[in-house]
Amino acid sequence: MTRTRTPGISRRSTLALMGAGAMSLAAPWVARAQSKTIKIGMPTILSGRVAQLGTSSRNAVMLEVEKVNAAGGLAGRQIEMVIRDSKGQPQEAARVSRELVNTDGCELLIDAEASSGAFAVHEVARDLGVFCIHTNSETSALTADPKQHIPNAFRTARQGVHDSIVGGSYAAAIAKAKGLKKWATCSPDYAYGRDTTAEFTLYLKRFAPDVEIISESWPKLFQPDYTEVVTKILQAKPQALYSCLWGGDLTSYIDQANIYAMFGQMEVFAVNMADYTALTVVKNLPKGIHSGNRYIKTFPTTPENAAWGDAYKAKYNEYPTNWSWENATAVMLMAEAAKKANSADGKKIAETLKGLTIKCPFGADGTVTMRGDDHTLVGYAIGWGTTIPQEPYVPEVKAGDWKTIFELEAEWKKSKGYT
Amino acid sequence: MDLDALAGCLSSSACLVTQTTSGLIIGMLLFLVAVGLTLIFGVLKVVNFSHGAFYMFGAYFAMTSYQLTGSFALAMLAGAAGTAILGLIFERVFMSRVYGADVLMQLLVCYAFVLIFDDVVRIIWGPEFKSMGMPAAFQVMPLFIAGGVVPPYYLLLIGVALIAAIVLGIGLSRSRIGKVIRAAAHNPGMVSALGINTGLIYGGVFALGGMLAGLAGALAAPVRSLTPGMGFSVLIESFIVTVIGGMGSILGALIGALLLGLIRSFGSLGFPLFTEGLMYLFMVIVLVSKPTGLFGKEAA
Repeated sequence: MTRTRTPGISRRSTLALMGAGAMSLAAPWVARAQSKTIKIGMPTILSGRVAQLGTSSRNAVMLEVEKVNAAGGLAGRQIEMVIRDSKGQPQEAARVSRELVNTDGCELLIDAEASSGAFAVHEVARDLGVFCIHTNSETSALTADPKQHIPNAFRTARQGVHDSIVGGSYAAAIAKAKGLKKWATCSPDYAYGRDTTAEFTLYLKRFAPDVEIISESWPKLFQPDYTEVVTKILQAKPQALYSCLWGGDLTSYIDQANIYAMFGQMEVFAVNMADYTALTVVKNLPKGIHSGNRYIKTFPTTPENAAWGDAYKAKYNEYPTNWSWENATAVMLMAEAAKKANSADGKKIAETLKGLTIKCPFGADGTVTMRGDDHTLVGYAIGWGTTIPQEPYVPEVKAGDWKTIFELEAEWKKSKGYT
Repeated sequence: MDLDALAGCLSSSACLVTQTTSGLIIGMLLFLVAVGLTLIFGVLKVVNFSHGAFYMFGAYFAMTSYQLTGSFALAMLAGAAGTAILGLIFERVFMSRVYGADVLMQLLVCYAFVLIFDDVVRIIWGPEFKSMGMPAAFQVMPLFIAGGVVPPYYLLLIGVALIAAIVLGIGLSRSRIGKVIRAAAHNPGMVSALGINTGLIYGGVFALGGMLAGLAGALAAPVRSLTPGMGFSVLIESFIVTVIGGMGSILGALIGALLLGLIRSFGSLGFPLFTEGLMYLFMVIVLVSKPTGLFGKEAA
């Protein structure tokens, strides 16, 4: 009784096979639609010290891609993401990108690399002519420098110079109101730290000319201990401190400065503080640190933004990061451009994307625009506020004024010889 | 270079006190890691390249236990005891197999475990950085001594490390176990012939070394962010300490660590862009003038 069937193809499976054959004959569009899947390659950092940011980029992209696919895909083609780890190494990012296009058949690229890797991927995009959208590199030159300009590459990340203008004017207003003339800086000793600090102080002094930098500290990136830097700043007795330390470095710094009661002795401006990765980790967050917004679900204070932050948290059980919104925006823009162009072809998407404005939860006025002349995102929510130790962490964010940003950015570009 | 700032600091008691304590706490934490390294080398003749991992585990053990119990003392205990057990297991199961093997082999085993331990931490605690938070008892205003700022937590930290140094120093030179350990370092064959279990001594020394690094990690946990790979930078500095102080010398580790701490704290004032370089420069000067380190013994 245990074996009633002979081995081989059973009647039932034969029927099933025939049925499937008949189905594919009767409905050939099913098979064709599947082969029309569009592959999007995405190099990002999934291991090492900034893996958390890379993972949050992937999460955000997947969250949006699911929505696009559910709504019919990219101009009718279902998106298949091919995501690879670059380990944060530029040469690896370039290699992976090439492989994604040449071997895996990806037709579009989302480059979710930090600045060092982004410039490497940019060269690959230049070489292969593949559509590429940089999502994480904030280095202004990537799009501001005309030498970098190629028709097939875009950026949805915030831009360093925008942050500096808004931060500089915000800090200057407080400096004037509170009479903060003596400033100290403390930033990590590499390109990002040096450039960002220089740009911030440039605009701070521009808006508040009697500000003086009396002490500079340049701790190494990923330095475990900042005690000597903390005490050095205490000796200098500045009235205010600027820092663009980020992530674990910033939280270490806060913990170590806290026990010297530093935050009671000066106003602290830490541009990277208001990011959930740092806010939720610091156990004794001092009140009143001034910070730029990175991603916070209460700014812009719209239901769309709050809903997006909550949806992300519900799915991944943690809050999104600065990189998350930048990556989500890339998918939103690509989807809209493909819809407008009625094509998932990289060239057509690139053409439509120039100057495209879309509704977006991260827009200062509910929309963001891919600026046509330099292919970079503008109109995103940007502002500064002060922190409190519990949710919503930054209760009030003072929004930056895009009109001022545009004016000063144009001036900055001219001074750099970019225009 | 900013020699004015340095001179200004040296002539002000407030600055002198602040920078000296700042140097002491950096030095004392470094000492706890370095002394384990030097002890293990002295007795086992192995350069434990994976020593930084014990510092890392100490910090993570302390954080988890602090989150579970809310007790700072238990957190310190968990950091120290946990890494001692880990050290013992690591030595008995893995390191004991490569004694007498090629140095390259030992290095490879240790380096493999640097990577494995980092991944273990990543799997258990996640890749993102963590913070333990300062216990409420120490969230107080810093003390002002002669105008200088000294946080109470750092006094505790220096005290604990100092006690560890004294206990270790006296224990090794006076107690019977200490004498056996020193004998085993000198001539393991003879010690073994006298009926003493050298395996046990080796395991014990490794556990002790791990425990000291773990204690350093636990003490650092409230003020430093916890991340996989956090042991590595500490390890490099510990190596500099042991090279300066002399491989195998406890007093050397103490002096070397304190010197390095002071170089950092005063160097950051006088040579803000060359603080790291200063440490290596100092190491080079010591090595050129005394190749075995300040307190190292000439090879027999």
